[in-house]
This record gives sequence, structure tokens and C-alpha cells, in this order.
Amino acid sequence: MIALIDYGAGNLTSVRKALSAVGADYFTPAAPEEIGDVSGLIVPGVGHFGATRALTAAWRTAILGVVDRSVPLLGICLGMQYLFEGSDEAQDASGLGLLPGRCERIPSKVKVPHVGWNDLEVVRPSRLLRDVTGGVMTYFTHSYAAPVTDATVASTTYGSSFAAVVERGNVFGVQFHPEKSSQAGLSILRSFVQITRSPDRPITRC
Amino acid sequence: MLAKRLIACLDVRDGCVVKGVQFEDLARAGDPAALARRYDAEGIDELVVLDVTATIEKRRALEDTLRRVSAELFIPLTVGGGIRSEDDAAAALDAGADKVALNSAALNEPSLLTRLAARYGSQAVVVAIDAKRAANGRYEVFARSGQLPTSREAVEWAREAADRGAGEVLLTSIDRDGTRSGFECELTAAVSSAVSIPVIASGGAGTFEHFRDVFTDGRADAALAASVFHFSEHAVGALKAFLRGSGIPVRL
Repeated sequence: MIALIDYGAGNLTSVRKALSAVGADYFTPAAPEEIGDVSGLIVPGVGHFGATRALTAAWRTAILGVVDRSVPLLGICLGMQYLFEGSDEAQDASGLGLLPGRCERIPSKVKVPHVGWNDLEVVRPSRLLRDVTGGVMTYFTHSYAAPVTDATVASTTYGSSFAAVVERGNVFGVQFHPEKSSQAGLSILRSFVQITRSPDRPITRC
Repeated sequence: MLAKRLIACLDVRDGCVVKGVQFEDLARAGDPAALARRYDAEGIDELVVLDVTATIEKRRALEDTLRRVSAELFIPLTVGGGIRSEDDAAAALDAGADKVALNSAALNEPSLLTRLAARYGSQAVVVAIDAKRAANGRYEVFARSGQLPTSREAVEWAREAADRGAGEVLLTSIDRDGTRSGFECELTAAVSSAVSIPVIASGGAGTFEHFRDVFTDGRADAALAASVFHFSEHAVGALKAFLRGSGIPVRL
């Protein structure tokens, strides 16, 4: 069972529909104590990084506890940015710090926000993108972006190059919206669901 | 590279698509859910459901339509045409829309854009602007489906709407709408150059060249059309191939 965290950052109807379409079993915990013995965790979210303040210390402890048990975690859009140390969008709100680096605003030499379909430039093999073929585009809508680091498995270029897909151990993140990215997006969600079912789990922090 | 988007518009009244739909093999001609799946399979980048239902009593039909359209659709879905309040927007988003387009309601009450952006994020809030060229060369904004002049100017209103929280502009040329004589590139370029948010051009699509022109001369980020995509079942793919051949980035 996958826990889908609803912290009020946007509407989760589309994410729920897409998870159902790829055959995932999921629920939305009402309190951190309900996370318990899950097989996977999804942190979605759209909008301002400050919205992550709704994830209180109890939620953060519960989420990090799950990650410590090597349970796969997927952050989507704002949820991926939350995996990093923080964002210039809300200086006083901390990310989970599972990945090093801070999110920065997309340079204003291009229109901001970045809205629409853009290329995934795959930089190394990954479990999340195992069914993704070359030349695929996905749907983005965001104004801040995470830096390209060694956790990046695919980058996207708009104004500058930023992390589009990250993967380190069982921590995964996508800057785009897989639930709005047609068949390419569904295949990525399907891969995550399969990862949550895989009995052979690597160690998260190595 | 960020692709230019092609958006199909379904004009829906009481749950049925009302513009000339010529797909012959659909079991139910005019069924918006079947059309939406068809467009998704053809490679359309987004869909807009424009509710042209006249009466408030029929509003429930829109939510049912959105539920059915969005059930198996995994591309962005915008609803417009009857969003008059925060409650209307909430109902549409809960029913499966990803974005709501506000036109007359935003003109009447601009703070509605800000409240919706705070609640759902700017990416969910589209300001729909219907504009007509005035005698002085400026573009005047009209409300109530193009019936009511507002004395507001399109570029200035687009700027204000963006400042208030709108995440995209859906810009319709009243002069060109339904004419198939080409998008109003001058209007589109003026608005697109004035705001940092994406601009969707609408009104006047007739040929493949019209799309090329609005992406180049008009500086549009996306282009919306209804009947032009109904010409044949391969219209979307053929148009995208044409655009790519013209050097315009599209999602194939």
C-alpha cells in the first residue's frame, strides 16, 4: 500500500486517477501516525514552496522514518523540490535534505513559469526511467527548479539545465507531472509502483 | 526544448459537443469523453472544455462531463465558460479539471484570480481574455461571451491578471473567431511580449500555416482550435509534422 501525502498543496484528483490507472493500491493518511507500514510514499504538490510548511515536524519524522526503512519515496513537482535542502522561494522553510542542494528560480531570460511539454535528457540508467525510450517529453509547470547533481538521472533545459528526474537509493523525484504526461508519465508511475513491490531493495543511504 | 502546444477545444452544451464534429467512427457522435480519448491518442497536448450551457440549472451536467472526460485522460484539462465563483472553480477542479479559465468573473472581481491562485496554485488559474480591435487600434476587452464592452485594454488587463495570480492567458480574437482566416498575430504578440506567463492564442485557425504564423509572428506559446482538428482523424499528427518541418518545436 502506497501512502499519498495530502498537505493541501494543490488538487490530488489527477494523481489519484493516474495511480488507479497503473493499478496502484494507495491511501491518503489523515495523520502522520497512519503512515505506518507502507510499501511506498508519494509526496505530490504544486505551488509555492512555503506550502510544505504544512508538513509539520511529526509528518517529517514519519516520512524520514519510512525512508530510513528503505521504503521507496517519490516526490512529484513541489514534492521533488522538498527532497532537497530548501528553495529560494521560501527561505525559512526547510526541505527534507535527502538530496544536497537548493532549488533556485528559473532565470528570467525565458518566460517564467515554465509551462508545457519539454524533453527529458537522460544522463544515466535508472530504475524509474527503465521503460522510457529516448526523445520522450513530459509536462512541466513550475517557476523554481532543483540543481543538476549526481542524483540527477535526467535533466531538462529551459533557461538553464535543471534536474528533471532524481534517483538516489530508494529516493525518487520528478519535476514534471507524470499524471499529466500521457503514456510516458503513466509508464514512469508504473515503474515506481513496481519498485514498491520489489522485494529486492537496495540500501537508501550509502 | 520547450514545445509549442496544440490545444483542442470542445464546446459542450448539456454534456454534448456542439461544434461540427466529423469523426465518423465514433459510436456516439458528440460524446466529449470519446472525443477527448481520440485527441489524446492523436497527440493533442491539452484539452479545453468550454461550457456553453446557458442556464445555471444545467451546471451539474458540466461536472458530470468533466468526470467522464477526465476519467481516462492523462494530459492537462482546462474548463472554461461558466466559472463564476470560487465554488464553481472548486467543483470543476474536484471533478477532474486541472485548470479553470475565468473570463467575465475575473473582470467583475479580479481578486478571484488571487484567491484561486492561493488555494490551488497559479498553474490552475487561466485568465480568458476576449478582445476586439477598436477604431483607435487598441484591443478592447469584452465580457459575457463577447457581448459586453468593458473599456479595458487587452495588454493592460493581461498584465494585471498575471500580477494578480493568473498562470496563463487564453487570448481570443473576437474579430477572427469562427472565420478560419488566421490567428490575430498582432494582438497575440502584443500580449505575449507584455507578460511573462504563457499565452494561448485562439480564434481564426484555418490552415496549418496559421499555426506556424501565430507561433512565430504571434509569439504564442500555445494555440487553441476547435473545428480545424475535426477535419480528419490525422489532423493533429499532420499539423505537428508540418510545424516541425517549419522549425517549430512540437511534441511528436
